[in-house]
Amino acid sequence: MDTLHLDQQNSGLSGTSRRAFLKGSGLLLGFALVGGTTSTVFAASASQVTEEEVTAPFAPNGFIRIDPKGIVTLVMPMVEMGQGTYTSLAMLLAEELEVDLDQVQVQHAPPNNALYANAILQSQTTGLSSSVRAFWTPLRQAGAVGRTLMIAAAAKEWGADPATCKAAHGVVTDVSGSKRLSYGELADAAAKLPVPAADSVKLKDPKDFTLIGTPAKRVDSPMKVDGRAIYGIDTKLPGMRVAALAISPVFGGKPKTFDEKAALAVKGVHQVVTTDEAVAVVADHLGAAKKGLEAAAIQWEDGPNAKVNSADIVKQLEEKSRQPGAVARNEGDAEKALSAAAERIDAIYQVPFLAHATMEPMNCTVHMQKDSCDVWVGTQVPTLTQMVLEGVTGLPKEAIRIHNHLLGGGFGRRLEPDGTVLAVKIAKQVEGPVKVVWSREEDIQHDMYRPYYYDRLSAGLDADGKPVAWTHRIAGSSIFARYVPQLFVNGLDPDAVEGAAEPPYALPNIHVDYVQVEPPGVPTAFWRGVGPTHNIFVVESFMDELARAAKQDPVAYRKALLGNNPRALGVLTLAAEKAGWGPPLPSGQGRGVSVAFVFGSYVAQVAEVEVAADGAVKVKRIVCALDCGMSVNPNTIEAQMEGGSIFGLTAVLHGAITIKDGRVEQSNFDNYLPMRIDEVPVIETHLIKSAEAPGGIGEVPTAIVSAAVTNAIFAATGKRIRTLPVDPEMLKTST
Amino acid sequence: MAYTLKINGTAHNVDVDDDTPLLWVIRDVLGMTGTKFGCGAALCGACTVHIDGVATRSCITTVDSIGDSAITTIEALGATPQGSALQKAWLDLEVVQCGYCQSGQLMSAAALLAETPKPTDADIDSAMSGNVCRCGTYQRIRAAIKQAAEA
Repeated sequence: MDTLHLDQQNSGLSGTSRRAFLKGSGLLLGFALVGGTTSTVFAASASQVTEEEVTAPFAPNGFIRIDPKGIVTLVMPMVEMGQGTYTSLAMLLAEELEVDLDQVQVQHAPPNNALYANAILQSQTTGLSSSVRAFWTPLRQAGAVGRTLMIAAAAKEWGADPATCKAAHGVVTDVSGSKRLSYGELADAAAKLPVPAADSVKLKDPKDFTLIGTPAKRVDSPMKVDGRAIYGIDTKLPGMRVAALAISPVFGGKPKTFDEKAALAVKGVHQVVTTDEAVAVVADHLGAAKKGLEAAAIQWEDGPNAKVNSADIVKQLEEKSRQPGAVARNEGDAEKALSAAAERIDAIYQVPFLAHATMEPMNCTVHMQKDSCDVWVGTQVPTLTQMVLEGVTGLPKEAIRIHNHLLGGGFGRRLEPDGTVLAVKIAKQVEGPVKVVWSREEDIQHDMYRPYYYDRLSAGLDADGKPVAWTHRIAGSSIFARYVPQLFVNGLDPDAVEGAAEPPYALPNIHVDYVQVEPPGVPTAFWRGVGPTHNIFVVESFMDELARAAKQDPVAYRKALLGNNPRALGVLTLAAEKAGWGPPLPSGQGRGVSVAFVFGSYVAQVAEVEVAADGAVKVKRIVCALDCGMSVNPNTIEAQMEGGSIFGLTAVLHGAITIKDGRVEQSNFDNYLPMRIDEVPVIETHLIKSAEAPGGIGEVPTAIVSAAVTNAIFAATGKRIRTLPVDPEMLKTST
Repeated sequence: MAYTLKINGTAHNVDVDDDTPLLWVIRDVLGMTGTKFGCGAALCGACTVHIDGVATRSCITTVDSIGDSAITTIEALGATPQGSALQKAWLDLEVVQCGYCQSGQLMSAAALLAETPKPTDADIDSAMSGNVCRCGTYQRIRAAIKQAAEA
């Protein structure tokens, strides 16, 4: 596993080399008829997402390109992996630039931290539900700079005062409305004007927004319903070959023997390539490559992790979590308050390793040449990838060109460049471009997993049932220690405790600490919802335990502790109301609630479940209430609430990666089960109108849904789920 | 061995082993990338195409099993009445997120509507539960199928 340091990628920025883009047959042309009206009617022959790096005379900053033909290109600093970023970020730019969304095309940004870094993550990284939060101001400013220049160019042409001119729909008009110039017509003249500083231009008053806050259509939808969308795996290059690979089933193992002759005997196979950890078969097509790989009958040298088992990993966590850890929060005297409490409650919670299982399996296309390396991939971290490849190739950054793509799912998997590094190691041994495609089995068995966490909690209640003490110890792998070591200080991983150190409740004596325990032979990484996905499950389940111990209604109990938190109270009240909280459900059914402040947004959910006599859990309905500040695109927000909830539900009901003899036991969708259409509940979202700055969305529902469901299971059965995924055996009432 | 495949109304000559899955012929040999690879074992439906109108997982369908049957892929789906109604409904309801599974979802949905023009929820469950969407767009897929059925 290559060690990654995110901090390193912030240094030494350079301009982007113009790529010698080798187009396959997937050439996509943008359409934009500025000044006229276009619409994203179905079956438009062109696409709104371009693979090309667009150049145009009018390019006042990294985000806007307008050419004299009127083609408006918006360069997307963050990647589109389904979350709707290409639409919401384009809306921020278009609102201030004064163009319509159907007048633009969007382009994947090349790697360039100086132009495209996310201010929250300090690099060109898409993650932590931060895209809209990080670019809310910079992209509106960038758009306003463009609009200001267009108006200035028109005013100059007319000898008019710019203050009397107006821009709308990509056209500038004078005070009388009789003179009109389109942005295309103005592009050359505007390009010659001095560019004002981003923070000197006036931004629109939110009450004048015409695009932000509307359910605008996604720019990437039309191309995704007729097969035109190009993901990394769809890369086509002249002379390109494809490779299938097998990585040592035990992490850290290596190939021992294989039958190269048998592999080469398969029709269409050209070459067998090895790296330290893998064997790849290069062929004309993946059918031949896979067949060749099978024929190669690889034997492996398992290495030091051959005896690793899940049970041992859990035992290690159980033992190490008995010792105090790095303190994330300590207020009052929790131990003292605990011993003086009228009632004490203790619990251990556990959540498993999880794979990402993006629908687009890991893949990467590389053309390695003597003095350059071209990479076609969908990645959440283009600049980090480029930096890591400097080490792998020995080439300077300028010689490493990353051609980013739409992502067929990210969920954190594509924050890791391991697949690209492996592809480059293979490509170094191959003449011409080669596309390396992982099988689903390789994708699941050589993922980097959401850590297994082991949590110990204790709480003390006073005579009225109110919590007077709260202790929470989290034990598990630290992703920060590997990924951003400069933020791993004194043994504390801020991600591992996020959502646990600062619950939204008034808790007078609270102690939260973290014990780093690294599992041998199991690489760990960020997974949708990161720290909060684990912690909100634990905190909101345990809070439910306290409410039950106090013999109080779980919503009322929480409300009493949220007195100083009006936005949290607001979402909790709304979710309870919309879900019809209160009246009891029939036997075997129950409602559960969960509330949190995560990724800058306040969210509450009420889940309704039914548990059958055989222990099978049916989640029937989920009601979400969300206060994410100002909405950029309410339709995308709702879509994320639906999809993010299902992503979390899948983990609650089915998700577990287990290790036996150093190998991941799961391999495909028959034993690492995704939720399917016949299983999913109805999900409804209620948005609270707010003038606050926007919060994050993509990971919010994933983080909160688990506890809502397991609390509902408790309401239905009286059984507390403290270990995920839910085990139906435990809920069985019939024999 | 040489095969002539009828795909979207056009004959294509390919020379591959008999047991080559159709998916790789479509994607790698013929370069039509709208049909997706997801699992290689008929567990996710991303590779769904129509063979003589029947929704078929191309990742486990070998090229020697096809004969002169007509293959339809996502690239030509819009030419069918069900296909274009579904694509329109998909856009109206903003079904798509990452989009990677949606070619397969649409192919399965089109085969469903061709056979059952007014599907019930149970019909939809049965026809669509072989198609995985990790973004979780299922609720909108269901609504879009119903909308297309009314079109």
